[in-house]
Amino acid sequence: MRFGDEIVLDDLSLDVSKGQFLTLLGASGCGKTTILRIIAGFLSPVRGKIFFENKDITDLPPHKREVNTVFQKYALFPHLNVFENVAFGLRVARKPKKEIEKRVNDMLKLVGLSRMAQRSVDNLSGGQQQRVAVARALANYPKLILLDEPFAALDLRLKKDMQFELKKIQAKTGITFISVTHDQEEALSMSDTVVVLDKGKIQQIGSPKDIYNEPKNAFVADFIGESNIIDGIMLEDYLVKFVGKKFKCLDKGFEKGEKIDAVIRPEDIKLVSPDAGHISGIVTSSTFRGVNNEIIIDVNGFKWMIQTIEYKNVGDIIGLEILPEDIHIMKKSEYSSEIGDYSSFSDEFFNEKEK
Amino acid sequence: MIFVLYYSITNQENNFTLENFLEIKNYSRTFVRSIVFSSVSTLISFALGYPTAYAISKLGKKLQKIAIAGVMLQMWISFLLITYSLMTIMESNGIINKFFNIFGSDFVIINTKIAVIIGMVYGSLPYMILPIYSSLSKLDPKIIEAAQDLGAGKFKIFTKIIFPLSAPGVLSGFLMVFAPNMSAFIISKMLGGSENILIGEIIELQFLGSQYNPWSGSAIALILMFFIMLCTSAVGNIIYYKNIK
Repeated sequence: MRFGDEIVLDDLSLDVSKGQFLTLLGASGCGKTTILRIIAGFLSPVRGKIFFENKDITDLPPHKREVNTVFQKYALFPHLNVFENVAFGLRVARKPKKEIEKRVNDMLKLVGLSRMAQRSVDNLSGGQQQRVAVARALANYPKLILLDEPFAALDLRLKKDMQFELKKIQAKTGITFISVTHDQEEALSMSDTVVVLDKGKIQQIGSPKDIYNEPKNAFVADFIGESNIIDGIMLEDYLVKFVGKKFKCLDKGFEKGEKIDAVIRPEDIKLVSPDAGHISGIVTSSTFRGVNNEIIIDVNGFKWMIQTIEYKNVGDIIGLEILPEDIHIMKKSEYSSEIGDYSSFSDEFFNEKEK
Repeated sequence: MIFVLYYSITNQENNFTLENFLEIKNYSRTFVRSIVFSSVSTLISFALGYPTAYAISKLGKKLQKIAIAGVMLQMWISFLLITYSLMTIMESNGIINKFFNIFGSDFVIINTKIAVIIGMVYGSLPYMILPIYSSLSKLDPKIIEAAQDLGAGKFKIFTKIIFPLSAPGVLSGFLMVFAPNMSAFIISKMLGGSENILIGEIIELQFLGSQYNPWSGSAIALILMFFIMLCTSAVGNIIYYKNIK
């Protein structure tokens, strides 16, 4: 897929199986919305084909595809009320009146808007508008529903509620959902399968657990949650060396002496007294975040992030304990050099300001 | 305005009277003719204006600006000038008649109903195109995509989405064309001849003509104004209720 000279999607192939909740996850401009638009039929790929239940639909126009979309800002029809918005697809398809009435009422019930049927869509809150958009997409009984950043316009609280509800609706109806988002938390909590995209390429496909625990490269590790990514050398199977020390780990299959990226999640590191830990460092920043404290620790110039429920003061010297199961080894990739430590995260920012 | 009101309820001797308003019955045929002419020209303007506005809204950003400037250009030219130029074209030895003469027809367009309607449509087309264009250009393309996504083909998208959403523009276009044409007098005077006198011309004659009678002229003007206001508020209410619903 190209726009002008710019290649937006590059040689991308994706299989989606029935009844799945699949999320395309990536930063803006990574091509995720482009994929959605190609599936919906608003864009056609320069090369390649789209198959839907083994039928080639590449050249089928959008209104003939059994696919419905929940648009980013919902794109509800402003001149129609809630009922008519949901009924639109059925009216276009010339379904009998009784059936339309029944289906629309069922859909409104499903999204909890039965009492709002005659309301104008302009008088609805963001969450209600989204429910209408979902009901409208569901009313045609499509085989596939596309969601374009469905929660982007909602505030945090409402977002959580709607995520939960949408997941419930998906499970109830058994319809395949493909969602697009840049919110990694949303992707992890809602999906059966997550596709991490960057630069028009798939970086990793897997279950949320796999993506979080076994990131394939530094990009995925950095994009999904917080992570300390450290240069290291694989000495032999189950033995890795970084920050000048040897650590036992659970990974194998690398060449001896191969340079690797080691990922250690901030919440996996245990704080101990300076001499009891594997490595020690000095606290350079400490931020209270409610559920935990986020501490940046300088270990010989490399800044680590640690999330802990303990509170540490800036200047404290502490030891870090890293267990074998908390270390994840990744092959070096083009991203390794781009993604560094957490130094840009804290004091550099303030130093910049002071100047 | 106050003078018009005063004249309308007095007679030559400055005594109070309502007889002036009864004068309108002498001109009822003219009044009806005005309504018919102005309605027909409004409908024709709409039939020509909507497709034009739609086509303009489909152009690229730059071309849209140029096209709209082109439409507005006519609004900057004095209406008198436009009517005069139409007169020259339609005259007995103007271009149009010469064209008909080629085919052996001695049809003379000036001083006919058609000439008046053409004049009205020509003068008011921009006032129809602009409001429709403005409501069409405000249409969110995502809404059209949503309709397409839900199974609507081109025709259904137009009848169920685009047209209803541009209806406020159409209504204000109707108003902006109907009201001025209702009170038009230059067009009918210059293009319509003596057979197609409109109510506006009658009013003018009462004030400036040989049958000088500002008393009944004022009364007719007031009736006309009241009628236009009635139409305006009716249309206004339609727009208002649409928005509330």
